[in-house]
Amino acid sequence: MTTQHVQMTINGQPYAADIEPRLLLVHFIREVANLTGTHIGCDTTSCGACTVLVNGVPAKSCTLFAVQMDGAAISTVEGLEQNGALHPVQEGFFEEHGLQCGFCTPGMMMTAVAFLAQNPNPTDDEIRRAISGNLCRCTGYVNIVKSIQYAAKKQREAQTAPAAPAEPAEAIR
Amino acid sequence: MIPEDFTYFAPGSLPEVWDLLRQHPDDAKILAGGQSLIPLMKFRLATPAYLIDLRKVPGLDTLAERDGALVIGAMVREAATEHSQLIQRRYPGIHEASAVVADPLVRNFATIGGNIAHADPANDHPAMLLALRASVVAHGPNGQRTIPLDDFLVDTMETSLAPDEVLTEIHVPQPAPRSGSTYLKLERKVGDYAIAAVGVQITLDGDVCTQAGIGLTNVGPKAVRATQAEMFLTGKQPTEDVIREAARLAAAAAQPVSDLHGPEDYKRAMIRTLTARALREATQRARAGGVSA
Ligand SMILES: Cc1cc2nc3c(=O)[nH]c(=O)nc-3n(C[C@H](O)[C@H](O)[C@H](O)COP(=O)(O)OP(=O)(O)OC[C@H]3O[C@@H](n4cnc5c(N)ncnc54)[C@H](O)[C@@H]3O)c2cc1C
Ligand code: FES
Ligand code: FES
Repeated sequence: MTTQHVQMTINGQPYAADIEPRLLLVHFIREVANLTGTHIGCDTTSCGACTVLVNGVPAKSCTLFAVQMDGAAISTVEGLEQNGALHPVQEGFFEEHGLQCGFCTPGMMMTAVAFLAQNPNPTDDEIRRAISGNLCRCTGYVNIVKSIQYAAKKQREAQTAPAAPAEPAEAIR
Repeated sequence: MIPEDFTYFAPGSLPEVWDLLRQHPDDAKILAGGQSLIPLMKFRLATPAYLIDLRKVPGLDTLAERDGALVIGAMVREAATEHSQLIQRRYPGIHEASAVVADPLVRNFATIGGNIAHADPANDHPAMLLALRASVVAHGPNGQRTIPLDDFLVDTMETSLAPDEVLTEIHVPQPAPRSGSTYLKLERKVGDYAIAAVGVQITLDGDVCTQAGIGLTNVGPKAVRATQAEMFLTGKQPTEDVIREAARLAAAAAQPVSDLHGPEDYKRAMIRTLTARALREATQRARAGGVSA
């Protein structure tokens, strides 16, 4: 067994480790960085519970090797809250009852954060398409769509207000 | 699920990739987006001892028209072709195929190159690219060669790439004026492979079809070109009767197998219906002036 050195940032914090190349990104996040907000659901690239942002782009971390992420900037649900204030997407899920058991929620929110950076004024249908790689077995999605609309509105209002705008995610190439 | 142990390389140039492929001819695999290969490795259906990641190899992300062809670099992601204005305007069939591959998250990493090199008959791009008469560029230590997609796809998960060759580009001939393309897929839900799908391109001169391309997904050991149907359409006006007969011929070219998604005759019927719909849509697009420059 050979190990390989990787370094990446997760929510702006640097992490470095000697790991087996077969270590999946989701296991790096949960077991090396000890950030257990990112979930493992299906482990077969279907459910999206493991969704994180890789350089701003949402991806299923159960289907990436941690060694591929050498030098990357990863964002997980733990990085959404800033200075004790919920991210607008988190606030939306809270206000609009966007979760029941909460298992899908971290992945759902990471997808929503990246989507709203690309499309700040979406239709319900566009939201449904954007979250079509994230499965929820509880809510029936109606309140998730409402939660994301809540966040979109809140972010648009913040944009027109004089406060500094949120940093947009890097465009998908 | 934990894959078998392997050694990982991320070389910075094609010559380094070739060297690694030559050193490990039997047990190395190229890694592009990983969205087909990593699931296979997790199930241990693939157990390569060496993974050669293309992410640091420069020059593989072209997405532009050049010398009469659309060039799609090997590392262009499905999300890029899904959202590209150029693709939406001039190659709607490719746009539509990209938009139904897996789900939006998988598409952020999955590549078109991997979709073809994987050579799974259930993959969506091969049939569409057959219809568009695409070819692939295979680049090895002794130079590059251009292979028509028909010859590149050999059998289920088998291509004509040599062990030390890398697929570097896909070339799609620029559509003639008054051309229209489309891709129609029958799937149970997002993220599923096609029960059946059809890619079509029609080129008109006046109202006569001068060239037809028809590719079929997941109804044979590899993507199927519906040659008889293409020949039948060529030189005729695509009237409703002609379209129906072409759809019948396409269904006859399909070699589906019965599985959980349905019996053979159902799948053949779906190919007939999808082909007729796709031919109507592509003809309408071609009549509407087709692609603009
Ligand atoms: C949940 C899920 C659903 C899916 N649904 C669909 C679907 O509906 N339709 C569909 O078409 N696909 C689907 N896929 C499969 C996958 O997303 C695509 O096939 C993807 O486009 C493969 O590209 P990749 O870059 O991820 O390939 P990889 O996994 O990196 O590689 C695939 C194969 O091609 C080889 N390869 C890749 N690039 C090159 C190259 N440049 N030169 C030589 N060899 C190369 C690799 O060695 C490997 O054998 C699905 C996958 C998942 C996980
Ligand atoms: S755990 Fe990654 S997609 Fe389900
Ligand atoms: S809230 Fe339970 S899976 Fe979505």
